[in-house]
Amino acid sequence: MATYSTNEFKSGLKVLLDGDPCSILENEFVKPGKGQAFNRVKFRNLLNGRVWERTFKSGESLEGADVLETDMEYLYNDGEFWHFMKTDGSYEQVAADKNAVADALDWLKEQDVYLVTVWNEAPISVTPPNFVELEVVETDPGLKGDTAQGGTKPATLTTGAVVKVPLFVEIGEVLKIDTRTGEYQNRVKK
Amino acid sequence: MVGNNWQPTTDNSLLQARARLLQQIREFFYQRQVLEVDTPLLASAIGTAPALDPVRALLKNDAGHEQEHFLQTSPEFPMKRLLAAGSGPIYQLGKAFRNGEAGRKHNPEFTMLEWYRPGFSMEQLISEVDELFATTLDLPSAQRISYGELFMTFLDIDPFTITLPALHEVAKLKLDVEIETASIDLWLDLLFSHCIEPELREPVCIYNYPATQAALAALDQDEQGRTVARRFEFVAGGLELANGYYELTDSREQRRRFQADQAERQQAGLPTYDVDEYLLAALDHGMPNCAGVAVGVDRLLMLQTGKNDIRDVISFPVDRV
Repeated sequence: MATYSTNEFKSGLKVLLDGDPCSILENEFVKPGKGQAFNRVKFRNLLNGRVWERTFKSGESLEGADVLETDMEYLYNDGEFWHFMKTDGSYEQVAADKNAVADALDWLKEQDVYLVTVWNEAPISVTPPNFVELEVVETDPGLKGDTAQGGTKPATLTTGAVVKVPLFVEIGEVLKIDTRTGEYQNRVKK
Repeated sequence: MVGNNWQPTTDNSLLQARARLLQQIREFFYQRQVLEVDTPLLASAIGTAPALDPVRALLKNDAGHEQEHFLQTSPEFPMKRLLAAGSGPIYQLGKAFRNGEAGRKHNPEFTMLEWYRPGFSMEQLISEVDELFATTLDLPSAQRISYGELFMTFLDIDPFTITLPALHEVAKLKLDVEIETASIDLWLDLLFSHCIEPELREPVCIYNYPATQAALAALDQDEQGRTVARRFEFVAGGLELANGYYELTDSREQRRRFQADQAERQQAGLPTYDVDEYLLAALDHGMPNCAGVAVGVDRLLMLQTGKNDIRDVISFPVDRV
């Protein structure tokens, strides 16, 4: 794998840091006029999601990480692994463990497409699309005609996720959810 | 792909702000009878400071052979030659170049204001910088604080006496760093640039630097009897705006510092450059006692217009030239 010098550090570049694959979020060049130049770099550890800053002497370098982000269709869960398939027509499949799917678990629906991050050919994280459509399997009875009033109630979706929904929502309805905030957006007509 | 990158990164209001600032600066010095000078950007010898990497330029000599020259990293040396030749007080507004310096606060080509005041003490020049910033940017007078007091205030350490291991420990506590170095100044630079400078929002003038960070400043004793460099910096809005000295006029000491820089460069595996014999000859001839300062004009504009990125005040930053 190539190595990258601090001046090549760009947002989105994947590098190895202390053995972990990390994504560079920001790279700030810091230099007192008469002094040593530094690069203050913000990273996200792709294994555990930790975001932090480390400072390097300008000109130091890091090894690149063999990280690919690929669109994949979610197939099924076998009890231990979550299986995804490439959407490029290759039918190639990968199996993600619980750690990798943790952030997407609430929003996983078969046949939907997710962004799967693969490091050294193993999936390390799964990112859901910004919006998903999921059916309500459990909620208190809807209040007919109450479409204008405020107020919310919890509703359980097919994935087991519980979201706050308006009082008029009923079991069996399909809802559009923003996966970034976990918030209800609207009902989807079937 | 050029796409829309032919366009400037500044809007017209920024062009106007820059033009106004340059005009105000010229007016300020005209009123004070400081002469504008226009020394070459090309240099056959360059400052040796290990932290500066010059832009190289190939210049044909009479025989048609290309000879290595540089684009100046500051107009300091030719301006000092003018002072030695009897110019009296002078200022210069122009471009300076520092290779590899690009970021939110840096562009490798930038606009620098530099001026020299024969007969001025460091304190007198500090007051004049204050007056310039009040006139052009409407800044309040800077709070004076010595380098030692500054580190005491922000980090509770004495930068003049702290040991390398203790300094390393403080840095590790404040920041995630994996740097191997035996240089106290590197750790001080690190702590200053990461933990102190960003906190300095109101104008501050830092003075009396460690002798090891003297650059081209004269040395002196401070109130505690420590040897300090008569160097000062202005910081405001988290931006380093000005760096000045009570100037070193001793050519032998200047040569010694150039040689020390060369040795440091060699050790760090950096290219070494011939020392500027023109400057040394001028100092030998005799340069009047004076104070001098350099100001980053682009950063003044950032502060004045509230921009967070130097790209927003330069029409074509380095990736668009």
